[in-house]
Amino acid sequence: MTGFPILSLMLLVPLVAAVACLVVPREQARSVALIATLIDFVLGVILWANYDIGGAQWQFTESAALFAGFSWKLGIDGIALLLIALTVFLMPVCIGASWTSIDKREGEYYAAFLVMETLMIGVFAAQDLFLFYIMFEAGLIPMYLIIGVWGGADRIYASYKFFLYTLLGSVLMLIAMFWMVNEAGTTDIPTLMAYNFPVEAQTWLWLAFFASFAVKMPMWPVHTWLPDAHVQAPTGGSVILAGVLLKMGGYGFIRFSLPMFPEASAQFAPLVFFMSMAAVVITSLIALVQTDMKKLIAYSSVAHMAIVTVGLFAFNQQGLEGSMLIMLSHGLVAGALFLSVGVIYDRLHTREIARYGGLSINMPYYAVFFLLFTMASIGLPGTSGFVGEFLSLIGIYQISSWVALICTTGIILGAAYMLYLYRRVAYGEQKNADAAAMPDLDKREWAMMIPLAAVVLWMGVYPESFIAPMRKDIAALDARLAQAKPKGDAQPTAGQGTSGKPMAAHNSGHSAAHNAAPEGAH
Amino acid sequence: MDFARSLALTAPEILISVSGLVLLMVAAWGGDKASRRISIASVAVLTACAFLTAPTLWGQAMGPDVSAFGGQHRADAFAAFAKLLIYASAGVTLIIAQPFFDKAKAMRAEFPLLVLFASLGMGMMVSAGDLLALYIGLELNSLASYVLASSLRNNERSAESGLKYFVLGSLASGILLFGMSLTYGFTGTTSFAGINAALSGGLPTGATFGLIFMLAGLAFKISAAPFHMWTPDVYEGAPTPVTTFFATASKVSALGLLMRVSFEAFGSQTQAWQQVVIFMALLSIVIGALGAIGQNNIKRLMAYSSINNVGFILIGLATATRAGASAMLVYIAIYVAMSVAGFVAVLLLRDENGEQVEAISDLAGLSKTRPWIALAMASVMFSLAGIPPLFGFWGKFVVFQAAVQADMIALAAIGIAASVIGAFYYLKVVKVMYFDEAADVVKGTGETSHTVLLVLSTLAISPLGYLGTKCLGTLADYATAALIPVG
Repeated sequence: MTGFPILSLMLLVPLVAAVACLVVPREQARSVALIATLIDFVLGVILWANYDIGGAQWQFTESAALFAGFSWKLGIDGIALLLIALTVFLMPVCIGASWTSIDKREGEYYAAFLVMETLMIGVFAAQDLFLFYIMFEAGLIPMYLIIGVWGGADRIYASYKFFLYTLLGSVLMLIAMFWMVNEAGTTDIPTLMAYNFPVEAQTWLWLAFFASFAVKMPMWPVHTWLPDAHVQAPTGGSVILAGVLLKMGGYGFIRFSLPMFPEASAQFAPLVFFMSMAAVVITSLIALVQTDMKKLIAYSSVAHMAIVTVGLFAFNQQGLEGSMLIMLSHGLVAGALFLSVGVIYDRLHTREIARYGGLSINMPYYAVFFLLFTMASIGLPGTSGFVGEFLSLIGIYQISSWVALICTTGIILGAAYMLYLYRRVAYGEQKNADAAAMPDLDKREWAMMIPLAAVVLWMGVYPESFIAPMRKDIAALDARLAQAKPKGDAQPTAGQGTSGKPMAAHNSGHSAAHNAAPEGAH
Repeated sequence: MDFARSLALTAPEILISVSGLVLLMVAAWGGDKASRRISIASVAVLTACAFLTAPTLWGQAMGPDVSAFGGQHRADAFAAFAKLLIYASAGVTLIIAQPFFDKAKAMRAEFPLLVLFASLGMGMMVSAGDLLALYIGLELNSLASYVLASSLRNNERSAESGLKYFVLGSLASGILLFGMSLTYGFTGTTSFAGINAALSGGLPTGATFGLIFMLAGLAFKISAAPFHMWTPDVYEGAPTPVTTFFATASKVSALGLLMRVSFEAFGSQTQAWQQVVIFMALLSIVIGALGAIGQNNIKRLMAYSSINNVGFILIGLATATRAGASAMLVYIAIYVAMSVAGFVAVLLLRDENGEQVEAISDLAGLSKTRPWIALAMASVMFSLAGIPPLFGFWGKFVVFQAAVQADMIALAAIGIAASVIGAFYYLKVVKVMYFDEAADVVKGTGETSHTVLLVLSTLAISPLGYLGTKCLGTLADYATAALIPVG
């Protein structure tokens, strides 16, 4: 496989198919899209199969100096591999979810989706700073159109909010990128990841990147675009938004903020913890009172992403691995939950929880899948949700037991709102005749649910398959972060108070960075 | 010998002047029936001039070898870069104007000639090496432009736009002339090199006033805030092909002139004009963005968008570095492509009576009735907003990169944050075309020549444009090297 530009091919296939979707007759657009996404899925499987676990850090690298100022440079490590795998796995499901529910302007719809796929893979595979930025930003256009054209009643407000919020976040990051490239003299991401930026500058750079990633993630209090966008997007759009787009924020933290600005990350960790704790408690409580199913799941996404951020800023292997696993698991589970909502939405055309009830009687198979995904969202052992959350919380416990305590309430609240949702939808009396008359899953829906359920269980029972590819990369990141690592309060410390400790560690981190700077310049 | 060399260096200008005069005779005897032939001949003249100019750019011409008539005229790579854009824009204007005026039954033989003379003036502006050459070029261009703006004689809006342009333009010329006379008075020379040498020791107060007045006059010509007020009215009222001409060729020449004056005449006193330029840049970005939000006429919206874009171009000037100047040229070239695509798309929108559709609300649902025009228009809008992967992003990219390299991070951060306000109204146009129910106003069919131009310019601003970044960047660097000599 060496030398074969498989990543470029994976980017090209959906792009070509997107153009094809615009020109073929509208009834055939969905088939073109499905075939293209399946080809990309196969390529993704080949990619994973050929990925050399424990081998070079960057594999499948390609480089071509096509442009002025930056280059076409691709390559993946284990972290990117997993997220690309998630993308190509979810895309056929999204196409399937849209198979019958999209009945206007199909060609444009599937074209927008395929362009999204190209850009998402591009984000994870880009090894050039500006190539990354272009891919990262370009995703706004197709998503704006998907929400605005095929979304629900309040779609226009939601599409503006989505676009302008994320744009404002990203443009500041662009300025920071210019500064970094000017300082380091390269646009190569792996080089920049090892470059030691001056500590004072890191503060500003970190904040600029944070503005972008926090909005994408989304973190409280800049999460408000998400419930609107999710609720108004069509099912396929919600799946891809929750499944992959939100992961760009977390990926950004792992790829940029943490390795490039370790000291600033340590300095701002309390801010991240505060925002995450607030998100876990506040959005979980908000989710509890939602009457709209999609909104409930959207708020639960914010809460889950908050646990990702605390895990990332725990600065240790468990926390980082846990965060990655939550991202993968959330991608599957939130996608599957939106799909489950989509299944009944297609039948009754409402997302009001109160309009359903007792679905386990007339839709038993559906109820089983929905239960599985609900449990996975809660984080029941044996499902994918458990592993990541457990690891993340272990990671954060080593840093701050208080943060761990408050974030763990998210698990309890999560159980509350998800079980409450499930009880109202699937159990109880069949008080609505039309809901009671809905048929169970058809073949197409089975075909989408089975793979999702299988992977959710696989990740829950044998997470090693997913940890193995990224172990070395996470360890490298952990080693990179060691210079700035704050000391935890949960360590037994003989006869000393714990207050002020992280601060002292932070200061020593600064001086360590000063010492390390000349070395990094070579 | 020296005179012959000067003539050779001004060959494109001489060619335009002579053929313009000859065609004027043809127009006088042939009447309006000859207008089509005159248009074709004019496009041929412009093409020939482009071929005459191109080698100057390739050859990186610079220095005293390429200055003609005792330094009055400079046929260097910088002038060539700007002239190629001007000739291309003028050619596009002529191509789209013929069918437009034919439809309105208002084609007159003078029209192509005025475009030709305006291009001549523009070429002289960007080649100017002396305040006098500058002013002659500027006035030749302006007077032709005033007439062009009112070339739909029976249309009230067109007449109004011409008059407004004339009154305000004359005021600006007056201000510019006042600034020039102050500068002359305090430096004792009208040549750019002489002014630069005279000011290298320090800037007398009188020359500062001269500089400020000159900047004010030029700011009017490039429609930078706070001297932008005429732009929306003139852009809206003038016939669409003429608006295209104003948005492209006029902008290029005025910006080229501004660069000449800033870097050549006042190159030793950069800090004196930098603050003014920063102020104008930020104000233009904000006013352009806020002003556009309330507009319902697509041409007015494009006018505010041009104010907004001039703000971004001025950020490149504010850096006062070579990278900044080169970035400006790249931005200008991309802006010309975006404007051409935008206005040609507007030209293709006609209702069932063949009347021009200009109201944004009438574009509702265009993506269903005219999907390809809508796609082109959406590309223009996203490109103007600077969203990657469209090519408009590249213009912003190089300009802001230059600003960060010049350590003007606050300026870059404020400017780029303000660009998000601008994104709002571009999105509004996309929203109307894609999200709203079809208004079914756009009926008519467009000309083939328009369609071809639209396809070409849309391809240029599509992601394919990035493949041209290397070439464009190199040419802009050649041009900048001629403007700001190394060392």
